[in-house]
Amino acid sequence: MATVVESALPGPELAKAAPNPAKIARRGLLGGLVGAFVIAIGMFQTFDGRILIVPVLSLGFVALYWVPVLFGFLASSDLRAPSDPGGRPSVAQVAVGASTGALAGAAVWLFGLIFSTGSLSDIFIRLTERASELLTFGRGFGFALIVLVGGWALLGAIGGALAGASPRLRHALVGAVVWTFGAAVLELVVEDVLDEVGLSFVSRFLYEINGGMKIPGAIVVMVLAGLASWAFRGGFSRARTRIRNLEGPARRKYGLIGGAGALVVIVVLPMLLGSLVNELLANVALFLLMGLGLNIVIGYAGLLDLGYVAFFAVGAYTTAILTSPISPRFAPMLTLDFTTIDGWIIFGTVLLAATLAGILIGTPVIRMRGDYLAIVTLGFGEIVRILFLSDWLAPTFGGAQGVRQIPPAELGLVGVEIAGINPQSIVYFVAVFVVIAVYVSYRLSKSRLGRAWSALREDESVAEAMGIDTVKVKLLAFVIGAILASFAGMVFAVKVGSVFPNSFALLVSIIVLVVVIVGGMGNIPGVAVGALVLIGVLGGPTQPGVLQEFQEFKLLIYGALLVFMMLKRPEGLLPSVRRSRELHQDEFLQDAWLDPADATESDEDRA
Amino acid sequence: MTSMLSISQLAKKFGGLQALGGIDFQVDEGEIVSVIGPNGAGKTTFFNAISGMLPSTGSSDHRPVPDTGSIVFRGNDITSLPPSDITKLGIARTFQNVRLFPNMTVLENAMVAQHCRTSKGVWATIFQTPSFRREEESIERRAKEVLDFFGTRLAGYRHEQPAFMLSYANRRRLEIARAIATDPALVLLDEPTAGMNPKETLELTGLITRMRDELGLTVVLIEHAMPVVRDVSDRVVVLDHGVQIAEGSYEDVSTNEDVIEAYLGRDAEATS
Repeated sequence: MATVVESALPGPELAKAAPNPAKIARRGLLGGLVGAFVIAIGMFQTFDGRILIVPVLSLGFVALYWVPVLFGFLASSDLRAPSDPGGRPSVAQVAVGASTGALAGAAVWLFGLIFSTGSLSDIFIRLTERASELLTFGRGFGFALIVLVGGWALLGAIGGALAGASPRLRHALVGAVVWTFGAAVLELVVEDVLDEVGLSFVSRFLYEINGGMKIPGAIVVMVLAGLASWAFRGGFSRARTRIRNLEGPARRKYGLIGGAGALVVIVVLPMLLGSLVNELLANVALFLLMGLGLNIVIGYAGLLDLGYVAFFAVGAYTTAILTSPISPRFAPMLTLDFTTIDGWIIFGTVLLAATLAGILIGTPVIRMRGDYLAIVTLGFGEIVRILFLSDWLAPTFGGAQGVRQIPPAELGLVGVEIAGINPQSIVYFVAVFVVIAVYVSYRLSKSRLGRAWSALREDESVAEAMGIDTVKVKLLAFVIGAILASFAGMVFAVKVGSVFPNSFALLVSIIVLVVVIVGGMGNIPGVAVGALVLIGVLGGPTQPGVLQEFQEFKLLIYGALLVFMMLKRPEGLLPSVRRSRELHQDEFLQDAWLDPADATESDEDRA
Repeated sequence: MTSMLSISQLAKKFGGLQALGGIDFQVDEGEIVSVIGPNGAGKTTFFNAISGMLPSTGSSDHRPVPDTGSIVFRGNDITSLPPSDITKLGIARTFQNVRLFPNMTVLENAMVAQHCRTSKGVWATIFQTPSFRREEESIERRAKEVLDFFGTRLAGYRHEQPAFMLSYANRRRLEIARAIATDPALVLLDEPTAGMNPKETLELTGLITRMRDELGLTVVLIEHAMPVVRDVSDRVVVLDHGVQIAEGSYEDVSTNEDVIEAYLGRDAEATS
């Protein structure tokens, strides 16, 4: 939410505009529409089941009541001159916020009144009596009118005041709310970690046993987070810029520290978490692995591959038919035991199968450019799934039945078994491949091949004229991406214990793509952030996330997030320096003119 | 003596337009040849044909090739080779509208040009073999060497600047540097001084001569600025409507009546 509020800051506008009734009405009604939408699709009602702060606040109310705050903020921002540093919100700003909120509330109330008659429930089946009861707090629409108009006016006024507040205060307030919200949402994770490191009294203070935060806990978190945000405003991005501007060895040192820190977290974190959270973490890592592979294809080489799931499927099916005792064709089966030769035979076969698949799919499509490539890969992705589903290959791949009873992977000599029932082992299993993928990505990006990919992404014709064999270089990116996806497939087969064609739908490709885009294309930490946020919090195509209630609305939220990112931050949450330059080249160019070094240069040229 | 580049009867038609109408053209080792001609004479198409970059006409999936004629470079027929192979054989080029890799740094632009002269692949990169490290070092050394050819213009802190931050003249220089970094024998420069001020033009004129004298390169350039053509060219070739209308020293060509006519049009009195 912080990003929503912060990036909604107005661009250059007219100085100190007077309140404009038409604009307020538009914003208010738009807010009402959003509120009505949230209720109509059932988000409000479903999320109400998740209590954030006992007993006052549920996720459902958060899902609905952010509307007046945001729209009050937006309406009030219109009044602010761009040069105004903020500090003291004017009366006009508060009033505009309040009226926007009130208008939105009135619209929602009206919507409630209409659907309470049951007239809309044929289309919107979630508009039940329960919905109107929730909306009116069970006290009828007279009471609801007071809450929705009065209460929303108040919330709108808060939003309006925020827009006029000094940036620092705003940052602190938003920080307090976001962190409290985060602590409530991530209860499962926080509780696990705290209990495991012997701080269970903290988690008892923060959380109810049945779920939800206690009020005192919430207040403490809010105050601490607010103070911290006040004190460290912008500290993170400042540090980031500083590290980025460092040269050679110093920067390398920070890189090494970061890498070592990440390794420690990877090793220690799964030990601290319960099996439920480890399961989530395993999904995150699985999609991170695929994201890293796709990042090479899209982020480095610039090839928009929408059929990436094909390679995931190849890895999973290869592992499945080689290890499952009931795999229709391949007997005697092998055990995925990395301390014996068997395991490495399977590993080698997966590698080989992925390479072959990469070459087979890659060769015909690689000559296409841009959109054509996307469409054709999309087709190939589906072809692979349908092949696995087909009767023709059913003797080998089991058709719609899939391949079941895939045994766990093992480290026989050490006596370790890696199976889906022990998610912690899966986390470590994927982590090994993730580390490999990170290392490979990092090395390749700083090599002859990485430079060739960059050149290819920027200008394919010129890259070719500079002696780069574009077909070969693209195919390499394709195959490396395919291999990483096939590793993910291997882990997936072991984790789930069975593979079906339906696990490899187009949706998987799209979600991996969204992970890469939202996280930040071409940047390894970015992909990790994307996987954590999307898969960890919202959940994967079939896997639930921390917010299990989101399951139903996952695609909606994915879509909204994607649109938002495209509009406000196309380079992703943690972008690569180069990608963000590509997307904001105009702004960078303007800055370049102001660069004193360049100013002297142009003078010298003219002399 | 056989020529380094020898082109015979090169023709290419785009729809109804005869862009190249059967050109014969030779370049000897160590020559600097200027190709001039009025706008639309087919000069850039001529360069595109040599470097394998004829624009796709959309009617076929295959790489567009000249309709007739052959291009032989050092004994290899390169008429229908892809651009990367042509570069590998030793022909590098620049573009009329500067086409750098704008978001790569200056140094990377020069480094990426050595792609076809180097060979280390995925495995060497992943395992950081000593030979990979050596190759990376030599790529970087060579790139810096090439950039140093331009004096201080592209040196020092500029190495790490993204190419789009460079001034216009420096972008042109970097493009030439990138071409030189492919270790070519023959460099095709497409209007190297376009858009430059007189001082920069003068500097570039000297640079082109130095490219031959110090680096041993053969240069063919398309140029509109006649002082440059006069100062650098061993030989001038004039194209008009896709055919060669004159050839010779600058003095010969500049007094040739056909050339004057092509540039200025036929004298009204003479036609009547």
